[in-house]
Amino acid sequence: MSTETSHGAFAHRHLLKIRDIGPGDVTFLLDLAEEYVLQNRQVDKKSSLLRGRTLINLFYEPSTRTQSSFELAGKRLGADTVNMSVSSSSVKKGETLIDTATTLNAMRPDMLVIRHGASGAPQLLAQKVDCSVINAGDGTNEHPSQALLDALTIRRHLKNFEGLTVAICGDIAHSRVAMSNLYLLSMMGARVRLIAPPTLLPAAADRLGVEIFHNMADGLKGADVVMMLRLQQERMNGTLLPSTREYFRYYGLDHEKLANARPGALVMHPGPMNRGVEIDSRVADDPDVSLIHEQVEMGVAMRMAILDAVSRYRRNDGERAS
Amino acid sequence: MSITAYVNARLIDPSSKLDEDGRLIVEGTRIGAVEPGQGKEGLSEGAEIIDCGGHVLAPGLVDMRVFTGEPGAEHKETLGSASEAAAAGGVTTIVVMPNTDPLIDDVALVDFLNRRARDTAIVNVRPMATITKALDGQHMTEIGLLSDAGAVGFTDGDRPVSDSLVMRRVLAYASEFGALIVQHAEDRALSAPGVMNEGEYALRLGLSGIPEEAESIMVERDMQLVALTDGRYHLGQISAVRSLEAIARAKSKGLDVTCAVSAHHLVLNEMDVADYRTFARLNPPLRVEDTRLALIDGLTTGLIDVITSSHRPQAPEDKRLPFAEAAEGTVGLETLLPAALQLHHENQVPLMTILRAITTRPAEILGIEAGTLTAGTPADLALIDLGYPFKVVPESLRSRSRNTVFEGRTLQGRVLRTTVSGRTVFEAEKD
Repeated sequence: MSTETSHGAFAHRHLLKIRDIGPGDVTFLLDLAEEYVLQNRQVDKKSSLLRGRTLINLFYEPSTRTQSSFELAGKRLGADTVNMSVSSSSVKKGETLIDTATTLNAMRPDMLVIRHGASGAPQLLAQKVDCSVINAGDGTNEHPSQALLDALTIRRHLKNFEGLTVAICGDIAHSRVAMSNLYLLSMMGARVRLIAPPTLLPAAADRLGVEIFHNMADGLKGADVVMMLRLQQERMNGTLLPSTREYFRYYGLDHEKLANARPGALVMHPGPMNRGVEIDSRVADDPDVSLIHEQVEMGVAMRMAILDAVSRYRRNDGERAS
Repeated sequence: MSITAYVNARLIDPSSKLDEDGRLIVEGTRIGAVEPGQGKEGLSEGAEIIDCGGHVLAPGLVDMRVFTGEPGAEHKETLGSASEAAAAGGVTTIVVMPNTDPLIDDVALVDFLNRRARDTAIVNVRPMATITKALDGQHMTEIGLLSDAGAVGFTDGDRPVSDSLVMRRVLAYASEFGALIVQHAEDRALSAPGVMNEGEYALRLGLSGIPEEAESIMVERDMQLVALTDGRYHLGQISAVRSLEAIARAKSKGLDVTCAVSAHHLVLNEMDVADYRTFARLNPPLRVEDTRLALIDGLTTGLIDVITSSHRPQAPEDKRLPFAEAAEGTVGLETLLPAALQLHHENQVPLMTILRAITTRPAEILGIEAGTLTAGTPADLALIDLGYPFKVVPESLRSRSRNTVFEGRTLQGRVLRTTVSGRTVFEAEKD
């Protein structure tokens, strides 16, 4: 697997969206991540694969777990890792994204991980810098590393994706996690269902080629995996939903609703959870069904695989140039 | 008086449905004679002769929707630079929107614009004033005095008059002066989160959508208010199928209602947003292909009266941003004609209908002396090479801003010569 000169199956400089990569790329990344799962379970978790490389985390939206996950991934591979968040950067001083990008580019990083509130921001950045750009979530567009770590988690339990039924439930309209998962799982042969009240489904959801349900009991019927989404606080104030307790009554995942799914169905959540809003603590904390903590573990491994994969492209690029 | 003879021309005048080879004589600043079938014979001694090479000689274009940056944002566009762009596009009259800084909501500012235009612009500039003072959507401007000062119409530009009572009163009050009320129809509550057309493409880009209903709901309301008041109403930019239906019903009832479509809405669709191209961030947004075809049909049947450029210059720093954060608008003065002509080249709309929508019809709606080849009217002319192909290169535009949604596209048709009041203000480079 690890050869110094090969792209492997992954010939991409950036990871901007799931739709840019194919099933072979996904399988390659999942296989690679499995190796890093083992590395991360050692006492000494550090390798020197990316020694000398610089990784910049550029986060325009607050994030604890994604940012620390990428930071750990970079450090465990030996890269120098710098975090820039909105509050500590010139972003607040009115500098535009492109100016920030060109400034950072002048510092010659090798990888730029970006989270931004505007869809398409990573693409814009990728046009302006020389290094690899990794999308850590853009607007309501995509969150590819989350979908990949979810896929890794699913594959470890259910072996493959072909024929699986995955129900994604909750605030689909505002969820880049849902979109990336939908694209990835569909691409890998799973059947995807979306379950949400009409106000939390995007317009034209019927054009996505997946099944749509407004009712949990129907949507969960026979599902192998149930992915719950976080409900943002600002959606709960009566504009899209009347109240959290009504939402929990009809769309919150408890054991009673989960009973509609296939026996032994697995429950996932990208975190952070709103307990008692979209998920009942008894489900979230049930080790027999909940993969929520495993997702976090897989997150670091998957991000190590992503950094490894995109930096292979860079390495060969540099070799050709010199 | 100087005499200029435009000979060997294909004379097209939508105001008289003329389309014949012949010549046109300009005497001083005005058209002296329009003479189909005539060549060079019998011209008076000393007349300047311009050989049109068989190309189309039409009235100069009248563009009803042009934003500039003067006063207040001269780095985007001045009246002077807009007029250079207009001249290069065959546009001899531009109607400038009042959304400047300060706003054109007072007689003194209309005077100011007229003086600046006289001193710096090479085409005719006709100002519109705002409907409401300070664009507050509540208090109407001095519609009578502003009309007397030369405002050819009233509009809040890219803002709707949202309040139904205000709109009712404005239409009623303005009708007394015969003043034209130009609405930007947008239910802002419905469109608020959106940045492009609502639908599958927006979903795939992760961008929030604006449904067509955000426009048509307000058009439906306005049609009923026009019926209530007998006002003169013009819809500044139509982009929705249901708006077309509402306009059709109003027109069939004989209401004084007209509408315009932007050239880009006739030629492009939402797919031109492509990979977050901010030059395609427009208001109203580019729509689906079916709507585009419906708009073309509306133009053909006369339901849509006018094609505008909706010229909206924006500085690079306002466009080099993530899509949702970028400013709205595209420049268009230099692409209005070739974009409109695409419908001719693709055999979708008759040439006469297209030219009528950019010359005669807007002049009629505005009540100005333009858009016609008639002896005695100002010699505002465009000499057009219909088939000339070219690629739209932002850097070669004369406008001070280069945010063209047609960037990189190949269009057909260019202006060889533009004449304003008998004076040549633009001549294409020979190649």
